[in-house]
Amino acid sequence: MSRRVGIPRALFYYYFYPQWSAFFQELGAEVVLSAPTHKGILEAGVRAAVDEACLPVKVFYGHVLELVPQVDYLFLPRLVSVEHKSYICPKFMGLPDMIKSNIRVLPPILDLCMDLSHNDRQYRRDLYRIGKIFTRNPWKIRQAERKSQQRLKEYQQLLHQGHLPVEALRLMDESIGRAKRLYETDKDAAVTVKDDQPGLTIGLLGHGYTLYDEFVSRQVIRKLRELGASVISQDILNETTIEEGNRHLPKRMFWTLGRRILGGAFHFFETGSVDGIIHLACFGCGPDSLVAELVEIEAHRRKDLPFMMLTVDEHTGEAGIVTRLEAFVDMIRRRQKYRRQLLLG
Amino acid sequence: MKHRRVTFPHMGHIHIALKAMLESIGLEVIVPPPITKRTLSRGIQYSPEFACLPLKINLGNFLEAFDLGANTIVMAGGWGPCRFGYYAQVQREILRDLGCNFELIVLEAPDTKFSAILGQVKELAGNCSWRQIGYAVRLGWEKVKALDALEIRVQQLRPREIRGGQVEAMYREVLNDIDRAANIKQIRAALQEGYSRFQKLILDMEKPVVRIGLVGEIYTVLEPFTNLHIERHLGRLGAEVTRSIYLSQWVNDHLFAGLLRIPSTKTYWNLSVPYINYWVGGHGRETVGGAVYFAQQGYDGVIQIGPLTCMPEIVAQSILPQVSLEQGIPVLTLYFDEHSGEAGLLTRLEAFVDLVRRRKKREKKARPKSQPVPIW
Repeated sequence: MSRRVGIPRALFYYYFYPQWSAFFQELGAEVVLSAPTHKGILEAGVRAAVDEACLPVKVFYGHVLELVPQVDYLFLPRLVSVEHKSYICPKFMGLPDMIKSNIRVLPPILDLCMDLSHNDRQYRRDLYRIGKIFTRNPWKIRQAERKSQQRLKEYQQLLHQGHLPVEALRLMDESIGRAKRLYETDKDAAVTVKDDQPGLTIGLLGHGYTLYDEFVSRQVIRKLRELGASVISQDILNETTIEEGNRHLPKRMFWTLGRRILGGAFHFFETGSVDGIIHLACFGCGPDSLVAELVEIEAHRRKDLPFMMLTVDEHTGEAGIVTRLEAFVDMIRRRQKYRRQLLLG
Repeated sequence: MKHRRVTFPHMGHIHIALKAMLESIGLEVIVPPPITKRTLSRGIQYSPEFACLPLKINLGNFLEAFDLGANTIVMAGGWGPCRFGYYAQVQREILRDLGCNFELIVLEAPDTKFSAILGQVKELAGNCSWRQIGYAVRLGWEKVKALDALEIRVQQLRPREIRGGQVEAMYREVLNDIDRAANIKQIRAALQEGYSRFQKLILDMEKPVVRIGLVGEIYTVLEPFTNLHIERHLGRLGAEVTRSIYLSQWVNDHLFAGLLRIPSTKTYWNLSVPYINYWVGGHGRETVGGAVYFAQQGYDGVIQIGPLTCMPEIVAQSILPQVSLEQGIPVLTLYFDEHSGEAGLLTRLEAFVDLVRRRKKREKKARPKSQPVPIW
């Protein structure tokens, strides 16, 4: 019987799942993914985590609790830095310690430490250490690592083609014929873009685990699409574009996701490829409190692109979000109409 | 080049040392007015809503210093993952939009070339020689050391004074003396003078005093305004407070790269294993290590304080219950923001000190010399 490795469908699932799942599958393990976030998961998470933690972290706790009885191993990476000289967030750096402290009964933990801020030596050692749990053949580990890198690249290519992460993940699973099993529950996660109301694009900014977790984001993407807007986020932009956008900053941004958000924001400002920008943040998010301020200041100075900041937490009601989204989209529509009239004289 | 009038953000008594340092390299220094409710309300008016408290208070300091004619800000920076590293950039943009034309000099480890920081210092110092700069640093360091020594003494005296407020009044006088001292000799004399003044206090040495360790985020720990004078309150409740962070230690670790052999954060790091096995930015790891340290030193309780939404402190807070259980020491976590009220704080402190005191009494009775056990 193959051993089951649990991967929580939260936090960095939206960035690295194809890579991690491929790695464990190549090693002959069975990957168990937690269900899409639902109320039970959130409630369990809120109970287990400290009050001051942010919503995505609480949701992560919930996913871990859901996986605990189902798996032989729990994959709990410590993401310090996924790229050179940049960090994610202190909470990610302490996450395995927090989980171990707060959740008493846990299966054995696969704690990969991903710190690429200086070099990848530690990371490779950890990969090898984890691989050895499943196989004694170092060649097989190497093979699994290569395969996982390749899957990550494929995933990123899909993103750069314009698919949002949830859709890209679904496409990838369809391509290897596993979609049914993994995505049965969130079949309606991806809403197709309506083409009958053209001409409105919203640039959505925020951390991936906030934007694409439908429960956390209160289905912002789906609702915008239902209002007839097409949605793009900073995650479909490639590295060069992000880097380009960051040239406007006086100091190098040291948060990976903050850098992506700012790069995306400046790209939207410069190219005018969107009609409005929405920044979705979680209450108490440290990096976003400053990043959003910088975006807002810039939007304020430029005056030509509507900007809205939405904050969610576990108490946020869906109705409130809908009202604000509707108002925002209406405002943009009216603006467009007014401009057209001006042009026509 | 325009005439520089330099200011800097407040943090505890650091202004005394910084002022001496900057003045001795020939700069005109404008110390921002002491932090008051007004500082805070001006700060929060223009700061991002969800930013942490120090950013808001710093901004208030800058605005008040601007009114006094300051045109240059000297402050520290950093490279993450704590938010503090990006304070200066956000504040610069906010101040620009408010029409306050400040020149911001951010002293931080450079991104690429180390020589950049020396260039910055030289630029700030103008015509001064490196020798003069060296003297300025020594002068500042001497003041920092004196301030810390004084503070430790005050923390011991507070719970034992018989007439409330005496120590506090004396402390302020000695602080003024240290502030006025113009050279190293005078600083040392002022400190000795302070000690001998404290000698004259009437103290109750028999009083049962509980010992409490204060851990947490550096700004909240060092700046009495943000923590609503928690040390003073604890002192009045009969608790002797020791902090995990003192100014001299921070200066040594961050500005002198840990060159001087005084107790440093390394101790706490070593103690924080196995509860927290990685660096988490800010002072998260020091908080956990500090709690372990105080437990091992036989303290009666630990209080963790930090600004609301502080990321490293949330990590530490999640782990502290385990430390409390395994090391057998009660832990209380308090967060502060612009809405914190003194009455609420006092109630919680009274309850905590009561709990700690009762626990101590019970333990003394039950097991005179045995290991402490967790109370919950």
